[in-house]
Amino acid sequence: MLLRHTPKEIKERKALTVNPAKTCQPIGAMYAALGIHNCLPHSHGSQGCCAYHRSTLTRHYKEPVMAGTSSFTEGASVFGGQANLLQAIDNIFTVYEPDVIAVHTTCLSETIGDDIPQIARKAGQEGKIPKGKYVIHANTPSYVGTHVTGFGTMTKAMVDYFAESEGTRLDQINIIPGFVEPSDMEEIKRIAAELGIKVVMFPDTSDVLNRPQTGRFDMFPKGGVTIDALRSSGRSKGTIGLGRLASGPAARALDSKCKVHCELLDLPIGLTGTDNFIDAMRKMAGVSVPESINIERGRMIDIITDMHQYFYGKKVGLVGDPDQLISLAEILVSIDMWPIYVVTGTQGKKFETRIKEITKCVPHEVKVVSGGDMFLFHQWIKNEPVDLMMGNTYLKYISRDEDIPFIRFGFPILDRVGHSYFPTVGYRGGMRLMEKILDALLDRKDRDSPEETFELVL
Amino acid sequence: MSTAVSVIFQERKDQILRKGQDSFGMECNRDSLAGAVSQRACVFCGSRVVLYPISDALHLVHGPIGCAAYTWDIRGALSSGPALHRLSFSTDLQERDVIFGGEEKLYLALCELIDKYAPKAAFVYSTCIVGIIGDDLDGVCRRVAAEKGIPVLPVQSEGFKGNKREGYGAACRAMFRLVGTGDTKGISPLSLNILGDFNLAGEIWIIRDYFTRMGIETVANITGDGRVGDLQRAHGAALNVVQCSGATTELAKMMKESFGTPFLRVSYFGVEDMAESLYEVAKFFENKDPQIMERTRELVKSELAVLYPAIQEFKKDLAGKKAAIYVGGAFKAFSLVKAFRLLGMQVVLVGSQTGTEEDYRELYEVTDEGTIIVDDSNPLELSSFLKEKDVDVFVGGVKERPIAYKLGVGFCDHNHERKQPLEGFIGMLNFAREIHSSVMSPVWRFVPRKKARN
Repeated sequence: MLLRHTPKEIKERKALTVNPAKTCQPIGAMYAALGIHNCLPHSHGSQGCCAYHRSTLTRHYKEPVMAGTSSFTEGASVFGGQANLLQAIDNIFTVYEPDVIAVHTTCLSETIGDDIPQIARKAGQEGKIPKGKYVIHANTPSYVGTHVTGFGTMTKAMVDYFAESEGTRLDQINIIPGFVEPSDMEEIKRIAAELGIKVVMFPDTSDVLNRPQTGRFDMFPKGGVTIDALRSSGRSKGTIGLGRLASGPAARALDSKCKVHCELLDLPIGLTGTDNFIDAMRKMAGVSVPESINIERGRMIDIITDMHQYFYGKKVGLVGDPDQLISLAEILVSIDMWPIYVVTGTQGKKFETRIKEITKCVPHEVKVVSGGDMFLFHQWIKNEPVDLMMGNTYLKYISRDEDIPFIRFGFPILDRVGHSYFPTVGYRGGMRLMEKILDALLDRKDRDSPEETFELVL
Repeated sequence: MSTAVSVIFQERKDQILRKGQDSFGMECNRDSLAGAVSQRACVFCGSRVVLYPISDALHLVHGPIGCAAYTWDIRGALSSGPALHRLSFSTDLQERDVIFGGEEKLYLALCELIDKYAPKAAFVYSTCIVGIIGDDLDGVCRRVAAEKGIPVLPVQSEGFKGNKREGYGAACRAMFRLVGTGDTKGISPLSLNILGDFNLAGEIWIIRDYFTRMGIETVANITGDGRVGDLQRAHGAALNVVQCSGATTELAKMMKESFGTPFLRVSYFGVEDMAESLYEVAKFFENKDPQIMERTRELVKSELAVLYPAIQEFKKDLAGKKAAIYVGGAFKAFSLVKAFRLLGMQVVLVGSQTGTEEDYRELYEVTDEGTIIVDDSNPLELSSFLKEKDVDVFVGGVKERPIAYKLGVGFCDHNHERKQPLEGFIGMLNFAREIHSSVMSPVWRFVPRKKARN
């Protein structure tokens, strides 16, 4: 067995993370920055950070992922990375010509104390930033938070640098989609359009990381939120932030900077999450929900009711990021499934309280941990197995060793396609999620049923 | 040439060479240009990929979580036994540790892991942050080694100290501390260590089998399917055979200096290089075993008897097609150039992340007129070269793959993500099959760029 080194007996660990259920801030910042049109993310640190983030994002999206690096050397680490960043800014604007360079820091540049705004100002004074072009930044030391907080911090930087409140209010609302797939962002835009609402969504990685085959390599793809749109976000009627952890900082920043009222919701994964999202949009924009959306909702409920007998009492283990897990737990509980193990690598007491609250009616002990890892999750499973697991690709080891069905969900997914094209948000996304859950459960039932109870019709 | 030239950084001009047009001269092994979208990685990455296949050792990453997360089981280095290396262990440094130091945490983590798994040795990887906050990695390792009675080896792999190449050096220095500490009793006079093979897709097993058939004992695999105990007695082998230009050469040099173990440079990619490597090894042992050359010839003959007819089939379709190569180390590129020639294909672009001037001179010599030779390239350059040369297949690694596919060009991963062994005679056949299946795939006719041309 691959993970035969995982013992059943659980001992408290004080200084050690084994098989992490998280990664570091900069990759989240890089992903968010890719959601700005004509933007080159820039990693201010050693070359390896940038290479690792690009490789991981490439493996997840199967797309070219562009980002620059300050390529720190020993000298830079002693004397500071200012010279490297100045040269990088100059080179990037000269050769790659983006509209924006989105700089994020790393553990190295944070610890030596590089002051990015000061370096960017110097670059401006030295004429290294062409007119109408921008350098923005986010502080993302790897020893604080996780990839999710890195995403949130870079998204907030978009507000800090661009949102403007001068001028008349516009008939539009802002949506901050959270750390979700490009397909999800696309679906959120579609739903808003269906409601007839004009939205500014940021970041927006659709058409950046789920591009069609065009026979061309474009350094800067078509998608991404534009600078103009980001500027106008300060004059929108309101902001909806989806996923409190990933979208909260930006939504609140818009509120305090531009007095744009914000509402923070759970990710619209599942029925309740989507209901709340659509209701919030409706109220904020002052529109009514069209029949087409009701039909989508009805179809999702139809699947749930038609197949409810297969959901009942199924025990589920979840590993992932807090925003996703909250919504997942919610939908699972609402269809009578029991999420009994919930693990995230991101620290947060609120998360644990929230999951406890969502699962309080589950007639089984529910174990939840923030700041946990997959090693612990596996130990729980060894002590009491589940019927289904949902989480990123790294769960495949446990799935194989313990022979438990597994649905890939979250980040990163390194061994399957689909996530960047087909959403799991909204009612349609919910239908896809139901299909996936049913496929996993029923495939297993078909595989394991003895001949005499193997049935054609389910 | 117009588009190609326009995307090149002025500063990088002397890292790009066109054979026939430019005389030889290559500025390489210099730091990447800040701001360039380089395909290179860091020191830590170099150390981690070299040491990670040692499967009965503990590998603990001392740093924030990212460095461990991104290197968790990414290499596909197979083990025939222990699988401890496939888990990801990290001290997961937090802000508090950065301020107050991470030594205590490292000590606790090491003790906990050694108690739990009783590994044969432990490698402790330093990351950027550890270099800056000044944790005494050596001190902690010494303390734990004394307390637990196993070798605990610091790997000085702070990311900022250079690129992957420096990481190889750090890995070699860590391994060298093991060499010479084991019992060499019973090792055959006809024996060697395999250096610079990482057992991707089970390749080292193929090579070991060849040596066994030649009558040679393999003492240590360094590092694919590697074991601590074998490394400790590696100095008992009569010869080191070293593959991969950078990764383990330093270890071979150190062993030569301290133990007098001679080394041979070999390559197991492609028919010519594979056969030549075996003959070189046979020649080395000829005075000890006069029959060895005969056995080696037999081996090569029997392998080729199977291989050649199969290759001819692929060649029918592939002759005249154009290939591009961009790999980590340049040694692989030499063999690939020859392998493509065997398939009747033309290599129009060849480059590496970390080649030396010597490497590029050799490439300059083995390539055809008009071939572009490039050091430390970036996506924009690569894509413009691919288009300019109208390439049919691109050989590279993870970050190159989607660029090829977006352009509608076939691809073969010759790096961590290879799924078939590409070494040995059978590897050449796999390579030919993979190149054939990608180049000849019907899917490329859907690519708009190609449609427009037809």
